[in-house]
Amino acid sequence: MNRRWLLFIPLAGFLVLAVMLWVGLGKDPSSRDSALIDQPMPEFSLTALDDPTVTIERADLLGHVTLVNVWGSWCPTCKDEMPQLLALRKAGVRILGVDYKDTRVDARDFLNRFGNPFELSAFDPDGTLGLDLGVYGAPESFIVDAQGVVRYHHTGYIKPDDVKDTILPEIQSWSSS
Amino acid sequence: MVLFLRLGLILTLALATLSARAAIEVHTFDDPALEARYTRLIDELRCPKCQNESISASNSMISKDMRAQVATLLAQGKSDDAIKAYMVKRFGDYVLYDPRLEARTWLLWGGPLLGLLLGGVIIWRVVRARRQSAPGQLSAPERARLEALLAAHEEPSRSREHPND
Repeated sequence: MNRRWLLFIPLAGFLVLAVMLWVGLGKDPSSRDSALIDQPMPEFSLTALDDPTVTIERADLLGHVTLVNVWGSWCPTCKDEMPQLLALRKAGVRILGVDYKDTRVDARDFLNRFGNPFELSAFDPDGTLGLDLGVYGAPESFIVDAQGVVRYHHTGYIKPDDVKDTILPEIQSWSSS
Repeated sequence: MVLFLRLGLILTLALATLSARAAIEVHTFDDPALEARYTRLIDELRCPKCQNESISASNSMISKDMRAQVATLLAQGKSDDAIKAYMVKRFGDYVLYDPRLEARTWLLWGGPLLGLLLGGVIIWRVVRARRQSAPGQLSAPERARLEALLAAHEEPSRSREHPND
Protein backbone atom coordinates (compact mmCIF):
# COMPACT_ATOMS: atom_id res chain seq x y z
CA MET A 1 0.00 0.00 0.00
CA ASN A 2 1.36 3.40 -0.92
CA ARG A 3 1.35 5.76 2.02
CA ARG A 4 3.27 8.55 0.37
CA TRP A 5 0.31 10.92 0.54
CA LEU A 6 0.71 10.96 4.33
CA LEU A 7 3.86 13.02 3.77
CA PHE A 8 1.67 15.88 2.54
CA ILE A 9 -0.24 16.21 5.82
CA PRO A 10 2.21 18.75 7.31
CA LEU A 11 2.11 20.78 4.09
CA ALA A 12 -1.69 20.75 4.11
CA GLY A 13 -1.69 21.83 7.77
CA PHE A 14 0.70 24.64 6.96
CA LEU A 15 -1.46 25.82 4.06
CA VAL A 16 -4.63 25.85 6.17
CA LEU A 17 -2.87 27.86 8.87
CA ALA A 18 -1.33 30.22 6.30
CA VAL A 19 -4.72 30.95 4.71
CA MET A 20 -6.34 31.55 8.11
CA LEU A 21 -3.59 33.92 9.22
CA TRP A 22 -3.65 35.69 5.86
CA VAL A 23 -7.40 36.29 6.12
CA GLY A 24 -6.89 37.51 9.69
CA LEU A 25 -4.32 40.04 8.51
CA GLY A 26 -6.86 41.71 6.23
CA LYS A 27 -9.45 42.15 8.96
CA ASP A 28 -9.96 45.36 10.87
CA PRO A 29 -8.86 44.43 14.40
CA SER A 30 -11.07 47.06 16.05
CA SER A 31 -14.27 45.85 14.40
CA ARG A 32 -15.97 43.14 16.39
CA ASP A 33 -19.38 41.52 16.36
CA SER A 34 -21.54 42.87 19.10
CA ALA A 35 -22.64 40.45 21.80
CA LEU A 36 -26.08 42.08 21.60
CA ILE A 37 -27.04 41.00 18.08
CA ASP A 38 -30.50 39.36 18.24
CA GLN A 39 -30.72 40.26 21.93
CA PRO A 40 -33.27 42.70 23.33
CA MET A 41 -32.08 46.26 23.60
CA PRO A 42 -31.08 46.79 27.26
CA GLU A 43 -33.49 48.66 29.49
CA PHE A 44 -32.48 52.26 30.08
CA SER A 45 -33.82 55.46 31.47
CA LEU A 46 -31.95 58.60 30.56
CA THR A 47 -32.85 62.25 30.48
CA ALA A 48 -33.32 64.07 27.20
CA LEU A 49 -30.35 66.12 26.08
CA ASP A 50 -32.29 69.36 25.77
CA ASP A 51 -34.59 68.85 28.76
CA PRO A 52 -33.45 67.21 32.03
CA THR A 53 -37.06 66.74 33.12
CA VAL A 54 -37.95 64.48 30.17
CA THR A 55 -36.89 60.84 30.33
CA ILE A 56 -36.21 58.62 27.36
CA GLU A 57 -36.67 54.90 27.88
CA ARG A 58 -36.45 51.65 25.98
CA ALA A 59 -40.24 51.76 25.48
CA ASP A 60 -39.80 54.92 23.37
CA LEU A 61 -38.01 52.84 20.74
CA LEU A 62 -40.78 50.29 20.27
CA GLY A 63 -42.94 50.42 17.18
CA HIS A 64 -40.30 51.75 14.80
CA VAL A 65 -36.95 50.59 13.51
CA THR A 66 -34.45 52.93 15.14
CA LEU A 67 -30.82 53.66 14.51
CA VAL A 68 -29.15 54.13 17.90
CA ASN A 69 -26.06 56.26 17.49
CA VAL A 70 -23.62 56.66 20.39
CA TRP A 71 -21.68 59.88 20.04
CA GLY A 72 -19.96 62.64 21.98
CA SER A 73 -18.91 66.18 21.24
CA TRP A 74 -15.39 65.20 22.35
CA CYS A 75 -15.13 62.67 19.55
CA PRO A 76 -13.65 64.02 16.28
CA THR A 77 -14.94 61.14 14.13
CA CYS A 78 -18.47 61.89 15.32
CA LYS A 79 -18.17 65.24 13.62
CA ASP A 80 -17.20 63.50 10.36
CA GLU A 81 -20.16 61.17 10.79
CA MET A 82 -22.77 63.93 11.09
CA PRO A 83 -23.34 64.47 7.33
CA GLN A 84 -24.11 60.74 6.95
CA LEU A 85 -26.53 60.82 9.89
CA LEU A 86 -28.23 63.91 8.48
CA ALA A 87 -28.59 62.11 5.14
CA LEU A 88 -30.12 59.12 6.93
CA ARG A 89 -32.59 61.36 8.71
CA LYS A 90 -33.51 62.95 5.39
CA ALA A 91 -34.13 59.44 4.06
CA GLY A 92 -36.66 59.01 6.86
CA VAL A 93 -34.59 57.02 9.35
CA ARG A 94 -35.48 57.48 12.99
CA ILE A 95 -32.29 58.07 14.97
CA LEU A 96 -31.79 58.00 18.72
CA GLY A 97 -28.64 59.86 19.65
CA VAL A 98 -26.97 58.76 22.85
CA ASP A 99 -24.71 61.57 23.98
CA TYR A 100 -21.97 59.54 25.65
CA LYS A 101 -19.74 60.92 28.43
CA ASP A 102 -20.39 64.49 27.54
CA THR A 103 -21.72 67.73 28.99
CA ARG A 104 -25.04 69.17 27.91
CA VAL A 105 -23.46 72.50 26.98
CA ASP A 106 -20.78 70.96 24.74
CA ALA A 107 -23.28 68.60 23.13
CA ARG A 108 -25.81 71.33 22.31
CA ASP A 109 -23.04 73.50 20.94
CA PHE A 110 -21.88 70.60 18.76
CA LEU A 111 -25.38 69.98 17.36
CA ASN A 112 -25.88 73.68 16.68
CA ARG A 113 -22.71 73.78 14.65
CA PHE A 114 -22.88 70.48 12.75
CA GLY A 115 -26.63 69.88 12.56
CA ASN A 116 -28.99 67.71 14.58
CA PRO A 117 -29.92 64.40 12.96
CA PHE A 118 -31.56 62.98 16.09
CA GLU A 119 -35.28 62.55 16.49
CA LEU A 120 -34.58 61.49 20.06
CA SER A 121 -31.57 62.68 22.01
CA ALA A 122 -30.62 60.99 25.26
CA PHE A 123 -27.95 62.26 27.64
CA ASP A 124 -25.65 59.56 29.06
CA PRO A 125 -22.94 61.39 31.02
CA ASP A 126 -21.77 58.33 32.98
CA GLY A 127 -21.92 55.97 30.03
CA THR A 128 -24.39 53.60 31.70
CA LEU A 129 -26.30 52.81 28.50
CA GLY A 130 -22.97 52.77 26.68
CA LEU A 131 -21.71 50.08 29.05
CA ASP A 132 -24.89 48.04 28.68
CA LEU A 133 -24.55 48.25 24.91
CA GLY A 134 -20.91 47.16 25.11
CA VAL A 135 -19.74 50.41 23.55
CA TYR A 136 -15.98 50.81 23.78
CA GLY A 137 -15.54 53.96 21.78
CA ALA A 138 -17.68 56.50 19.99
CA PRO A 139 -19.13 56.54 17.42
CA GLU A 140 -20.93 53.22 17.42
CA SER A 141 -24.34 52.51 15.93
CA PHE A 142 -26.98 49.86 16.44
CA ILE A 143 -30.14 49.10 14.50
CA VAL A 144 -33.00 48.18 16.82
CA ASP A 145 -36.13 46.72 15.25
CA ALA A 146 -39.74 47.65 16.09
CA GLN A 147 -39.88 44.93 18.76
CA GLY A 148 -36.84 46.38 20.51
CA VAL A 149 -34.36 43.71 19.40
CA VAL A 150 -30.83 44.73 18.41
CA ARG A 151 -30.31 43.61 14.79
CA TYR A 152 -27.21 45.26 13.52
CA HIS A 153 -24.03 46.77 14.94
CA HIS A 154 -21.69 49.20 13.28
CA THR A 155 -18.33 49.82 14.97
CA GLY A 156 -16.71 53.15 14.28
CA TYR A 157 -17.90 55.82 11.96
CA ILE A 158 -20.51 55.42 9.23
CA LYS A 159 -18.63 56.22 6.04
CA PRO A 160 -20.45 58.03 3.19
CA ASP A 161 -20.55 54.73 1.24
CA ASP A 162 -22.00 52.85 4.21
CA VAL A 163 -25.23 54.89 4.11
CA LYS A 164 -26.47 53.34 0.87
CA ASP A 165 -24.45 50.11 1.02
CA THR A 166 -25.25 48.85 4.50
CA ILE A 167 -27.27 51.10 6.80
CA LEU A 168 -30.29 51.83 4.57
CA PRO A 169 -30.62 48.23 3.29
CA GLU A 170 -30.39 46.95 6.88
CA ILE A 171 -33.04 49.44 8.07
CA GLN A 172 -35.31 48.44 5.19
CA SER A 173 -34.88 44.71 5.75
CA TRP A 174 -35.89 45.06 9.41
CA SER A 175 -38.76 47.43 8.61
CA SER A 176 -40.43 44.99 6.26
CA SER A 177 -40.20 41.95 8.53
CA MET B 1 22.85 70.80 22.11
CA VAL B 2 22.44 67.05 21.80
CA LEU B 3 22.76 66.76 25.55
CA PHE B 4 19.98 69.31 26.03
CA LEU B 5 17.75 67.46 23.60
CA ARG B 6 18.39 64.20 25.43
CA LEU B 7 17.71 65.75 28.81
CA GLY B 8 14.52 67.27 27.43
CA LEU B 9 13.42 63.92 26.05
CA ILE B 10 14.15 62.11 29.31
CA LEU B 11 12.24 64.74 31.26
CA THR B 12 9.27 64.54 28.89
CA LEU B 13 9.16 60.77 29.12
CA ALA B 14 9.47 60.87 32.90
CA LEU B 15 6.57 63.32 33.11
CA ALA B 16 4.54 61.21 30.70
CA THR B 17 4.94 58.11 32.91
CA LEU B 18 4.01 60.18 35.95
CA SER B 19 0.77 61.35 34.37
CA ALA B 20 0.00 57.85 33.12
CA ARG B 21 0.39 56.49 36.63
CA ALA B 22 -1.70 59.26 38.09
CA ALA B 23 -4.55 58.44 35.72
CA ILE B 24 -4.94 54.88 37.05
CA GLU B 25 -7.43 55.31 39.86
CA VAL B 26 -7.47 53.17 42.99
CA HIS B 27 -10.47 51.24 44.15
CA THR B 28 -10.22 50.49 47.84
CA PHE B 29 -11.88 47.59 49.57
CA ASP B 30 -12.37 46.98 53.28
CA ASP B 31 -11.99 43.25 52.78
CA PRO B 32 -8.56 42.06 51.54
CA ALA B 33 -10.19 38.97 49.98
CA LEU B 34 -12.40 41.24 47.87
CA GLU B 35 -9.37 43.26 46.87
CA ALA B 36 -7.54 40.08 45.81
CA ARG B 37 -10.52 39.06 43.69
CA TYR B 38 -10.66 42.54 42.19
CA THR B 39 -6.97 42.42 41.25
CA ARG B 40 -7.38 38.97 39.70
CA LEU B 41 -10.54 39.88 37.78
CA ILE B 42 -9.12 43.04 36.22
CA ASP B 43 -6.11 40.98 35.11
CA GLU B 44 -8.33 38.35 33.51
CA LEU B 45 -10.62 40.77 31.68
CA ARG B 46 -9.39 42.12 28.39
CA CYS B 47 -9.80 45.72 27.34
CA PRO B 48 -12.24 45.77 24.37
CA LYS B 49 -10.76 48.94 22.97
CA CYS B 50 -7.18 47.66 22.97
CA GLN B 51 -5.66 44.79 21.06
CA ASN B 52 -3.89 42.95 23.82
CA GLU B 53 -4.13 44.54 27.21
CA SER B 54 -5.99 43.64 30.35
CA ILE B 55 -8.27 46.25 31.84
CA SER B 56 -5.83 46.51 34.74
CA ALA B 57 -3.02 47.62 32.41
CA SER B 58 -5.03 49.78 30.06
CA ASN B 59 -5.60 53.45 30.61
CA SER B 60 -8.43 53.75 28.09
CA MET B 61 -11.77 55.23 29.05
CA ILE B 62 -13.62 51.95 28.69
CA SER B 63 -11.11 50.05 30.87
CA LYS B 64 -11.54 52.65 33.57
CA ASP B 65 -15.32 52.22 33.39
CA MET B 66 -15.00 48.45 33.45
CA ARG B 67 -12.71 48.55 36.51
CA ALA B 68 -15.25 50.75 38.27
CA GLN B 69 -18.02 48.35 37.27
CA VAL B 70 -16.05 45.33 38.53
CA ALA B 71 -15.55 47.12 41.86
CA THR B 72 -19.27 47.97 42.04
CA LEU B 73 -20.37 44.42 41.24
CA LEU B 74 -17.92 43.00 43.79
CA ALA B 75 -19.30 45.35 46.41
CA GLN B 76 -22.79 44.07 45.52
CA GLY B 77 -21.58 40.57 46.38
CA LYS B 78 -21.57 39.17 42.85
CA SER B 79 -19.48 36.07 42.19
CA ASP B 80 -16.45 36.10 39.88
CA ASP B 81 -18.35 34.05 37.30
CA ALA B 82 -21.32 36.40 37.45
CA ILE B 83 -19.05 39.40 36.89
CA LYS B 84 -17.38 37.73 33.91
CA ALA B 85 -20.80 36.77 32.50
CA TYR B 86 -21.91 40.39 32.95
CA MET B 87 -18.98 41.60 30.85
CA VAL B 88 -19.36 38.87 28.21
CA LYS B 89 -23.04 39.75 27.82
CA ARG B 90 -22.00 43.27 26.86
CA PHE B 91 -18.65 42.94 25.16
CA GLY B 92 -18.63 39.34 23.92
CA ASP B 93 -16.15 36.53 24.50
CA TYR B 94 -13.38 38.90 23.44
CA VAL B 95 -13.12 40.23 27.01
CA LEU B 96 -12.15 36.87 28.48
CA TYR B 97 -8.44 36.13 28.49
CA ASP B 98 -9.34 32.60 29.57
CA PRO B 99 -11.99 31.42 27.09
CA ARG B 100 -14.75 29.26 28.53
CA LEU B 101 -14.94 25.60 27.57
CA GLU B 102 -18.02 25.18 25.39
CA ALA B 103 -19.08 23.66 22.05
CA ARG B 104 -17.53 26.53 20.14
CA THR B 105 -14.18 26.46 21.95
CA TRP B 106 -13.47 22.76 22.34
CA LEU B 107 -11.03 22.82 19.42
CA LEU B 108 -9.18 25.71 21.02
CA TRP B 109 -8.80 23.82 24.29
CA GLY B 110 -8.48 20.30 22.82
CA GLY B 111 -6.30 21.27 19.84
CA PRO B 112 -2.92 20.86 21.57
CA LEU B 113 -3.97 17.52 23.07
CA LEU B 114 -5.27 16.40 19.68
CA GLY B 115 -1.95 17.36 18.07
CA LEU B 116 -0.05 15.45 20.74
CA LEU B 117 -2.20 12.35 20.20
CA LEU B 118 -1.86 12.57 16.42
CA GLY B 119 1.91 12.99 16.69
CA GLY B 120 2.08 10.03 19.09
CA VAL B 121 0.11 7.81 16.71
CA ILE B 122 2.33 8.79 13.77
CA ILE B 123 5.54 8.12 15.74
CA TRP B 124 4.18 4.78 16.98
CA ARG B 125 3.27 3.70 13.43
CA VAL B 126 6.63 4.79 12.00
CA VAL B 127 8.49 2.91 14.73
CA ARG B 128 6.37 -0.20 14.20
CA ALA B 129 6.88 -0.08 10.43
CA ARG B 130 10.65 0.23 10.91
CA ARG B 131 10.74 -2.67 13.32
CA GLN B 132 8.81 -4.90 10.91
CA SER B 133 11.12 -4.15 8.02
CA ALA B 134 14.25 -4.62 10.16
CA PRO B 135 16.83 -7.21 8.90
CA GLY B 136 16.01 -10.75 10.09
CA GLN B 137 12.29 -10.13 9.92
CA LEU B 138 11.64 -11.80 6.58
CA SER B 139 8.31 -12.72 5.12
CA ALA B 140 7.53 -16.41 4.52
CA PRO B 141 8.42 -16.49 0.77
CA GLU B 142 11.61 -14.51 1.44
CA ARG B 143 12.60 -16.96 4.15
CA ALA B 144 11.96 -19.93 1.84
CA ARG B 145 14.10 -18.34 -0.86
CA LEU B 146 16.87 -17.58 1.60
CA GLU B 147 16.89 -21.15 2.83
CA ALA B 148 16.99 -22.48 -0.73
CA LEU B 149 19.97 -20.23 -1.52
CA LEU B 150 21.81 -21.23 1.64
CA ALA B 151 21.16 -24.88 0.94
CA ALA B 152 22.47 -24.53 -2.62
CA HIS B 153 25.67 -22.95 -1.32
CA GLU B 154 26.15 -25.39 1.47
CA GLU B 155 26.08 -28.52 -0.67
CA PRO B 156 29.18 -27.85 -2.76
CA SER B 157 31.18 -26.48 0.17
CA ARG B 158 30.54 -29.59 2.19
CA SER B 159 31.77 -31.75 -0.71
CA ARG B 160 34.91 -29.63 -0.85
CA GLU B 161 35.43 -30.01 2.86
CA HIS B 162 35.63 -33.71 2.66
CA PRO B 163 37.19 -34.42 -0.72
CA ASN B 164 38.58 -37.81 0.32
CA ASP B 165 35.49 -39.50 1.71
